[in-house]
Amino acid sequence: MKAWIAFASILIKDMRSYYLKPPNISWGLIFPIAWTLMFFIRSPGAFEVRELLPGVISLSILFGTTSMLAVTITFERKSRSFERLLLAPISLNLLMLAKTSGAIIFGVINAFIPIIFAGFLTDLSGINWLMVLGSVIFISITSTFLGLFIAVSVSQVFEAQTFSNFFRFPMIFLCGLFIPVHELPIFLQPISFALPLTYGADILKTAVNNNGSFSTPLSFLALIVFSVFLFAYSIYNVNRKWIS
Amino acid sequence: MIIIEAENLKKNYNGFTAVNGVSFHINQGEIFGFLGPNGAGKTTTINMLTGLARITGGRVKLLGDDYTRNARKAQAMMGIVPDESNLYEELSGRDNLIFCGALYGMQKSLREERADRLLKQFDLVEAAGKPFKAFSKGMKRKLTIAAGIIHQPEILFLDEPTTGIDVASARQIRNLIVDLNRRGTTIFLTTHYIEEAERLCGRLAFIVRGKIVREGNVEELMTEARGENTVHFNLGGDFSCIEGDFKARFPNYGIKMIDNSGVSIKSAHSFTLLPLVSFFEERGFPVYEARIVRPSLEEVFVKVTGIEIKKMQSQKEGSQ
Repeated sequence: MKAWIAFASILIKDMRSYYLKPPNISWGLIFPIAWTLMFFIRSPGAFEVRELLPGVISLSILFGTTSMLAVTITFERKSRSFERLLLAPISLNLLMLAKTSGAIIFGVINAFIPIIFAGFLTDLSGINWLMVLGSVIFISITSTFLGLFIAVSVSQVFEAQTFSNFFRFPMIFLCGLFIPVHELPIFLQPISFALPLTYGADILKTAVNNNGSFSTPLSFLALIVFSVFLFAYSIYNVNRKWIS
Repeated sequence: MIIIEAENLKKNYNGFTAVNGVSFHINQGEIFGFLGPNGAGKTTTINMLTGLARITGGRVKLLGDDYTRNARKAQAMMGIVPDESNLYEELSGRDNLIFCGALYGMQKSLREERADRLLKQFDLVEAAGKPFKAFSKGMKRKLTIAAGIIHQPEILFLDEPTTGIDVASARQIRNLIVDLNRRGTTIFLTTHYIEEAERLCGRLAFIVRGKIVREGNVEELMTEARGENTVHFNLGGDFSCIEGDFKARFPNYGIKMIDNSGVSIKSAHSFTLLPLVSFFEERGFPVYEARIVRPSLEEVFVKVTGIEIKKMQSQKEGSQ
C-alpha cells in the first residue's frame, strides 16, 4: 500500500510538472496537424486522411513519449532530485514504472488527438477500435521504454535529444508506415524488423484500413518482447550506472 | 544501543579507492560527526550507508541486521539531506514536503499535517507557497532538512548542512540540528567545519584519503592531544622582569610572556593554582584572571591529520 502511495504521487507530480504543461499540450496539437499538412502539401490530389491516420498516430506517440521521458529523467538526474526518488523505500522497478507511466499516459492522449481531428475530416466507421486502443497503448509503452533506454544512456539533456533523434528519424522511414517493409531495399529490411514501431504501426494499419502485413497477435507479442527487453535493460543500466 | 555499524567498508571506482576499510558505529540518540577534507570519502560513505552507492567490500548493519538484506526497510528508517539541496524547483515549499512524505508511503492527511508543522518549526510558513527555485540558499537548505525528516526517520544523514550559506542561516540550522537530536533523532553529520563538529557532535571520526585516522568522543580526542597543561594569567603592573624569579620558585613550570597582558604557565602535570596566584600577588602583580587553556578540536585535527583547517575549508567553499 505504502509503495503504491509513492507510485501514485510520482505519477501525479510528473503529470502536473511536465506532461500537462501548456507547451506539451500545444505540442500534442501541433504535431499531428503539421504531419497531416505535410502530406497534404506533398500530394493534395491523393490526400486520404484515413490512409495517413496510422502514421500520424504512431509518430505522435513516438515523438511525444521519447522526447519527454528522456529529457525529464536526464533533467532530474542533473538537478539531483532523482536521487531523492532512488533513496525512497520503494523498489527500483516500481519507481521506474511510476516515472514511465506519466509518459505512457501522455502518449495515449497524444494518439487520440489526430483521431479526433480525423473524425471531423473523414468517415471513421469500420475501424477496429479495440485493436486501435491496444496498439496505441503498446506503442506508448515501447516508445516510453525507448525514451527510458535513452535517458539512462546519456548524462546531459542535449545528449538525450540528439540520441533520441538518432533512433526516431530512421524509424519514421523504416517502420513501414510510408514505404511497406517488403518494398524496402533488402539490406534495410532486417533493421525494419528490429524496430518496435514497425509492429505497432502494422497493427494500426490493420485496425484502421485492414491493410497490415503481419499477423496481429505476433505483432502484439513483438511489442511485449520489446517492452520487456527495453525496461529490463534500462533497469540494469540504472543499477550499473546510477547506483554504482 | 548501536543503530548503525559499518565494518571495513570499501569503495572502489574504476581502480580508484574512495573509501578504504572504514569501520565505525553510531549509537542511538547521538550526533556522530564525520570530519575530513574535500575528497576524503565522507559523501561516498554516506552514499554507501544510504544505498546510493554499491559497497565494494565490508558490510553495514542497521539495528543489528545486515543492511543489504532489507534495503527498503532500512531506507524507510533513514532521512537524507545531501550536500546540495535536491528538491523540485517547480514545486512549492509545501508541495515538496508533501511529495517527500508520499515517497515514504504517508497518508495524505498525515503528510499535510506534518508538512505544515515542519514549515512552522523551520520558520518557513511565509515561503510555503513559493516555488522552491525562489527560495534563498539558507531557506533551501532548511526545507531540504525538513524534507529529510518528514517521515520521522530513526537516523538523519546530514551532508555538509551549513556549507555555502550565510552565518545567520547556518546558526539557525545548527540550532535545528540540536533540537532534532533532543527530540530523539540520531544524526550522522559530515562537515569540514571544526567548530561546528566541536559544538554539535558527541563523537567524531576524522577521515582522510578514505581512511578513518582517529575516532572517539570530543573530550577523549582533546585529552589525547593535550601534551601539557597550560594556564593563562592576566596580570596588572609591570611584570616584565618576573621570569627569573618565577623559574627559581617553580623550577618544574615553564613561563612565557603574553604581550603586556599576562603570562602563560606550562606544566607537564596538573596545576595547583593558589601558590601561583599568591606568588604574583606577593610581588604586587594583581591577578585579574586565571584561565586553563584547553586544546581546540582544530589543534587535535591538525595534530592527527597534518591538514591545515583553513586550506581544507577554502577548498570546500571553492568547490561549492
